[in-house]
Amino acid sequence: MSVMSIAEQPHAVSPEFTRQPLGKVGMWWFLASEIMVFGGLIGSYILSRIAAGGWVAERAHVNTRLAVINTLVLLTSSLTVVEAHAAVDAGEQKRTRMFLLCTVLLGCMFLGIKGFEYSGEIEHGLTPASGLFWSFYYTMTGLHGLHVLAGIVVNFCLFIAAGGRGWKTIQHRVEYAGLYWHFVDVVWIFLFPLLYLA
Amino acid sequence: MLRWFPENISTFGGDIDGVFSLIYYVVGFWFLLTEGVLFYFIFRYRRRSGHAPTYVRGDRWTELVWVLVPAVIVLALDLGIDAVGGPVWARVKEHQPPGGVEVHVTGKQFNWEFTYPGPDGKFDTADDVTMDNELHVPVGQNVHLVLRSRDVIHSFFIPTVRLKQDVLPGRTIKAWFNATKPGQYEIACAELCGFGHYNMRAFLTVHDVDDYQRWVHEKWPAAAAAPTGDKG
Amino acid sequence: MQAVVEPDAHHAHGEELGFWRKYVFSVDHKVIGKQYMSLALFMALVGGLTAYLIRWQLAYPETPVPGFHWVPEPTMYEGVVPPEFYNALITMHGTVMIFFVAMPFLLGAFGNFLIPLMVGAPDMAFPRLNMMSFWTIFTASMLLLASFFVPGGAAAAGWTGYAPLSADPVFTGVNWGLNLWLLALALEFGSFLMGGVNFLTTGINMRAPGLTLTRLPLMVWMQLTAAVLFMLSIGPLIAGAVMLLFDRTIGTGFFLPERGGDALLWQHLFWFFGHPEVYVVLLPGFGMLLEIFPVFTRKPIFGYRAIIYSTIATGILSFLVWAHHMFVSGIDPRLAMPFSITTILISVPFAIMVFSMVASLWGGAITFATPMLFALGFLATFLIGGVTGIFLGSATVDIYLHGTYFVVAHFHYTLFPSVFLGGFAGMYFWYPKMFGRMLNDTLGKIHFWITVISFNCVFIPLFLCGVAGNMRRVYNPMQYDFLKHLAPLHQFATLATIVLMLGQIPFFVNFFWSMVAGERAPDNPWKANTLEWATTSPPPHGNFAQVPTVYRDPYEYSAPGAGEDWLPQYAPQPSA
Repeated sequence: MSVMSIAEQPHAVSPEFTRQPLGKVGMWWFLASEIMVFGGLIGSYILSRIAAGGWVAERAHVNTRLAVINTLVLLTSSLTVVEAHAAVDAGEQKRTRMFLLCTVLLGCMFLGIKGFEYSGEIEHGLTPASGLFWSFYYTMTGLHGLHVLAGIVVNFCLFIAAGGRGWKTIQHRVEYAGLYWHFVDVVWIFLFPLLYLA
Repeated sequence: MLRWFPENISTFGGDIDGVFSLIYYVVGFWFLLTEGVLFYFIFRYRRRSGHAPTYVRGDRWTELVWVLVPAVIVLALDLGIDAVGGPVWARVKEHQPPGGVEVHVTGKQFNWEFTYPGPDGKFDTADDVTMDNELHVPVGQNVHLVLRSRDVIHSFFIPTVRLKQDVLPGRTIKAWFNATKPGQYEIACAELCGFGHYNMRAFLTVHDVDDYQRWVHEKWPAAAAAPTGDKG
Repeated sequence: MQAVVEPDAHHAHGEELGFWRKYVFSVDHKVIGKQYMSLALFMALVGGLTAYLIRWQLAYPETPVPGFHWVPEPTMYEGVVPPEFYNALITMHGTVMIFFVAMPFLLGAFGNFLIPLMVGAPDMAFPRLNMMSFWTIFTASMLLLASFFVPGGAAAAGWTGYAPLSADPVFTGVNWGLNLWLLALALEFGSFLMGGVNFLTTGINMRAPGLTLTRLPLMVWMQLTAAVLFMLSIGPLIAGAVMLLFDRTIGTGFFLPERGGDALLWQHLFWFFGHPEVYVVLLPGFGMLLEIFPVFTRKPIFGYRAIIYSTIATGILSFLVWAHHMFVSGIDPRLAMPFSITTILISVPFAIMVFSMVASLWGGAITFATPMLFALGFLATFLIGGVTGIFLGSATVDIYLHGTYFVVAHFHYTLFPSVFLGGFAGMYFWYPKMFGRMLNDTLGKIHFWITVISFNCVFIPLFLCGVAGNMRRVYNPMQYDFLKHLAPLHQFATLATIVLMLGQIPFFVNFFWSMVAGERAPDNPWKANTLEWATTSPPPHGNFAQVPTVYRDPYEYSAPGAGEDWLPQYAPQPSA
């Protein structure tokens, strides 16, 4: 008799508990820790801003128009990632790939616009060293941007893998990548008003 | 353990020591009891022929009560400790009693600076004097300290006064004490502040009434007739 | 009892793995666990060496440390530790011991090795992620050790890295050393995040049929709770570490008042993690004890459910006490009482756990093999750490004790028992399962007695130093008249430190010798009930020939009507 391997219980469901596949449970725990990272940053920002009296003058220099566009871009990309997941469930390979690619492109657009924003600000002499507001602005959006980049890479890899014989094995991963992408979107939903609006 | 404390020369020091003693006896009792029971069980329940183990799981209330009741007693005693300690903390840290002298203290890498207002009683005037590492106070009067740092976090620690307060750059923090016994006592830094941290040794000199007058006249000879530095 | 399943290892993947895939880049949790163990034991030597240098300087200030005359300037001066290196030593001692010894040893090694086995799974949920987690902390360790050799030396702002001291190189004179320290920590955090995802997914989702949460061995409960605590507390510190790195390198001002920042913000971010972290390294130690006690008393653990509820309560409360590290830090004094109260409240679930452990001995038939000696030593010694915490939890008393050796002695009396006494208990207990050989019990007993006695001799004097007002992290306390009388205490503690370190030699000899020449271990040398003992020693790749089924609670020792004094979880009902 042979030893049972992980492959033989790929989505092992513990009979009496979560009834969720391993990857999904793992992704949720990972996202919980990520929430605490951004929570720490955002909490520090909020408290510092209150102590500093609101940073109204500093915040006048952010590019709200571009940030609104970026918000729409990211929200749309969350829609495309949902469509990709639906396509995977329906077994439609081409459609899945299309929506994964759309997500990747929208993500790149987000980063491109963000980079354009940064370059404008730096030209005006507004760098991370320009005061505490800017320290937070660059750190929060920068860390978020790195997470967007990671999501782009993952989705792109899935796009490639979905094209070949890997189609069968990556299906559940589209859902987990989608969860991660939604998280990245939600973080932006917090950053946007905190940095650009109120 | 209690005899290892340095002498106490402050009005609130005895209260702080009192809370320590209270905890010492309460905790000491529980420690000896628990440790004693532990060693007794180790001895009594070692394997011996003819004695089978007793199958007790501790999942019935009649069994758990042996653990829960002591735990509740521990809770009650702990809350009692806080009830005794709370007012002492408030007295030392939350309230500044009126009257007395004021000294500004600045911690920096790697010494303490003490700024005295001089006979005019006001800071940032011409008769202010700043001394390195010497804190001079009169006995029996409230001493108000205004604590700052020039660079990193230091901690202003006078062991015989039972006073400790971190000093922060960018912040001003108040502390106070009232010394009961003339003499010279050491001051140290209690927060790692760089390679010279161990060297931030300063001296508290508590002067009796006459001696304090003499010190003031020495420092501010021009104002020989002025009263000693009463606040306000 | 019934025959143990005989798995056939070679057909697991249809191919034999090469040396690198089998021993270096293995995805098998058992190999990865042993890799973590090797790392932890090596870093323990590094941590021990730093302790030796520190203690020598404290006992015989500004004299050459025996054996260290070869270290070049400006690190040391003909064997003498200068103040700069002293600060680096105390920093690295704490960093190494907590992040590169305690966590890899208790969680990385034992968590990885035991969780899949104890829940009846063939491996962790994400084996490749598991492999990556080890190599990440390996890289982190290399970065950390490298930081000793860069210009300016290693990080020297304490393992707590308080700002602004740590936020601008000008304050310490340490530049790349502290940047590398931050990078090493960031990688270590990443490694344990990966591990945490694995532990939790495996423990929750891959339990064998019949293994409900209330039949889970307490070790698994402890590891899972520790993982949850780590996953949820590390975030703010990761944020803080990024902020600190930026302050040091790109001119941000999060923690520097002259750039608009706040020195206290770092402390809040650090201790929000720092306090749950101490339970992360304590709970698995308790787990060792809770597995070992029933085996060597031949009766169930007392209060299984009470212990679980207490563990969860402790976990939740641990997030609410952090400012007890900050009573005199400059926070609003009115915050002190609330935090004193939450701190005091934590002692209640702890009391329940400790009393339950003591009660577990009642009515037993105790035998004193080395694992049990270490487990008992853990409990007896930990009690001192636990009760001295009450002093520090009272804000009033903390005014005097904060920043003194009382704190140092307190946390060594909690950490050392958990990591080393608990860890060694687990080592002697599970070594047969890991390596297929028994450790020599006589050497083990020698190791135990030297360790536990010399440990107490190091740290009891330090409590007295603390009460006398001896500040911590101070290069030469003898500068101060009020501390001069403590010189004999420091010297005694240093002597005991040397004995403690030498006392680890029997362990290392035993560890390596037994691996090749020890008595071969049967599947279940201790006649224990949990699932890891259902398979061979060591288990094959894949652990079990078929998924075990769990029929009962884990600690059914001397159960009425059972015939023998043990009743494994995996055995069907014995015939009446």
